[in-house]
Amino acid sequence: MAGQVQSVGQPSGVILAPPAATVGVVGWLRQNLFPSPLNAALTLLVLYALYLAIPPVVRWALIDADWVGSTREACSRDGACWVFIRVWFERLMYGLYPREEIWRINVGYGVLAVVGLLLFVPRFPWKHWIGVFLLLVYPVIAFFLFVGGTFAVSLVHLAVGLALIGSTVVRLTPAFRGRAWSAAWGRVYPAFALGALAWLVLGDWLLDLAPLTVSVHLWPQVETRLWGGLFLTLVVAAVGIVGSLPLGILLALGRRSHMPVIRAICVAFIEVWRGVPLITVLFMASNMFPLFMPDGVNFDKLLRALLGVTIFASAYMAEVVRGGLQAIPRGQYEAAEALGLGYWRTTGLVILPQALKIVIPGIVNSFIGLFKDSTLVLVIGLFDFLGMAQAAASNAHWLGFAIEGYVFTGLGFWIFCFGMSRYSQRLERRLHTVR
Amino acid sequence: MTDEQRQPVARGTVSSEVMIEMRNVHKWFGSFHVLRDVSLTVHRGERIVICGPSGSGKSTLIRCINRLEDHQRGHIVVDGTELTNNLKRIETIRSEVGIVFQQFNLFPHLTVIENLVLAPIWVRKLPRREAEEAAMKYLERVRIPEQARKYPGQLSGGQQQRVAIARALCMNPKIMLFDEPTSALDPEMIKEVLDVMVELAESGMTMLVVSHEMGFARTVAHRMMFMDEGQIVEESPPEEFFTRPRSARTKLFLSQILYH
Repeated sequence: MAGQVQSVGQPSGVILAPPAATVGVVGWLRQNLFPSPLNAALTLLVLYALYLAIPPVVRWALIDADWVGSTREACSRDGACWVFIRVWFERLMYGLYPREEIWRINVGYGVLAVVGLLLFVPRFPWKHWIGVFLLLVYPVIAFFLFVGGTFAVSLVHLAVGLALIGSTVVRLTPAFRGRAWSAAWGRVYPAFALGALAWLVLGDWLLDLAPLTVSVHLWPQVETRLWGGLFLTLVVAAVGIVGSLPLGILLALGRRSHMPVIRAICVAFIEVWRGVPLITVLFMASNMFPLFMPDGVNFDKLLRALLGVTIFASAYMAEVVRGGLQAIPRGQYEAAEALGLGYWRTTGLVILPQALKIVIPGIVNSFIGLFKDSTLVLVIGLFDFLGMAQAAASNAHWLGFAIEGYVFTGLGFWIFCFGMSRYSQRLERRLHTVR
Repeated sequence: MTDEQRQPVARGTVSSEVMIEMRNVHKWFGSFHVLRDVSLTVHRGERIVICGPSGSGKSTLIRCINRLEDHQRGHIVVDGTELTNNLKRIETIRSEVGIVFQQFNLFPHLTVIENLVLAPIWVRKLPRREAEEAAMKYLERVRIPEQARKYPGQLSGGQQQRVAIARALCMNPKIMLFDEPTSALDPEMIKEVLDVMVELAESGMTMLVVSHEMGFARTVAHRMMFMDEGQIVEESPPEEFFTRPRSARTKLFLSQILYH
């Protein structure tokens, strides 16, 4: 008060320093923690609660904890026994994946880390190629790395597949656009791509390709029932995330379609999958689905779970994306269509970039939910990160260490979810344009 | 407004070639009869200004020409192609008919130059460099080449509308439609947009303009059209339209917008 009264009496034109009570540490404390008696009381109350809570946690987790050793006997003190985590670490990370093959997973992580880091280089010129690599090439590499075994590859399939990839790359390269041959190729491309895909799927049934088949054996096969731990969690979450976004976008577009049949199918699909608990979906995928299949046809259990998770997540994603689509004013559609951009180009170039930007928080919310929901694969006998921790804690030699297991996995999940959240905030800032 | 001092744009350039032909067009929004038996012929190089009270169907009329609205009865032929539900044909017509909206409708996630080259690259299949050169030419024509790398949200309303005009011109349209291009603008920005439109008129573009800018209409229009309740009530050269309107409704409307 005194400062204010004084300032009124100053001759005009003199610039005064701000009153001391609003700057510096004391000023900050006074403004934010003790602005009024009630706030001061609340501040003190919270400080007292923190005083009660934090020291015991620190004592348990750090000071009184056991860090070294390799057997249960090392757990002698009152605090947490991190020896438990140390002993089970390999299982928690890789499940039952054979020890001598674990390098394959690590190579997979390594490639991902290197490519992922390139995304963070601010002015890295080939960012869209990284995207193409991550979405189209990496899954193939990862599949061969993680599954392994002997692959019988028909040379015809190989040639068709490579031609398909090559032609797609050519089609997507901006530098080629506008050349005469590129335009001509553009007209043929859709038919070619469809034909190639159909061949890759159906070719085996149509023709006997055995004479033209070579088998490749790089490393032993690791069955998916041995997959587990954080590795399995990441596989389920990554496949679910990468699969559910495009599927969700298509469903959202379908739900807003003017064609009644497409709209009805999409609405039904979304409402059915969104209305069923994920556990039910996983149970159906694991136990019921094989009953409907003819004898001898046997899908991998993990593959079925991945499908179930992806479809389930896509129903949620569809509604998130639809929220974004509805926020785009009608004038945007009209302007794009008036320029002669048809439905797909209007959607892909004008509507979706804006709609997806709006719903980044919702999309990431779904991703985080999906990441944590992936722990439910435990109910069909797949041991993910959390499942492995529970299994370890119920091991006869290691009973009584469930808390350590939960704290460790909880921290693990938090790191990934927080990472996604931070990345999405970065993305939002970067994509921000003035409206 | 300074339009009054403009020299009228020479009006002797209309060819006999028909660009737009509407015959007995009817349109309903639900049970509301928006267009009632509208017939209209526009020749190449002709400039028509349409005015009328709100809800009279003038916006709907020009939006039918590039099929942002469909008509339920009658025929519309644009540059020799009849508008039907054939999607391919509609896309062809749309790439030849430019439209400028009241609300600009620029794409906010793209820079000005990207707004301009989007359709030339994806519809006309021009190489990016060629499209950008053409786009810069049009930005110079609407006098804002220095804003090329900004986003629409960073520009004033008048600048945005000029970008919107340039965006339509980038497709080399044969016809330009203007749907109340200055109604959403602050008064001091109206002139800069009208100046660009007058220049466009001087270049011989076929133009249909829904507008209440009467000074502009006097300067460029070959024909004035007054619409009310979904019908073309009066149609005459601007001199006659402003000095000797025939129908009572036109007189009333003109008195309301000219002498308030």
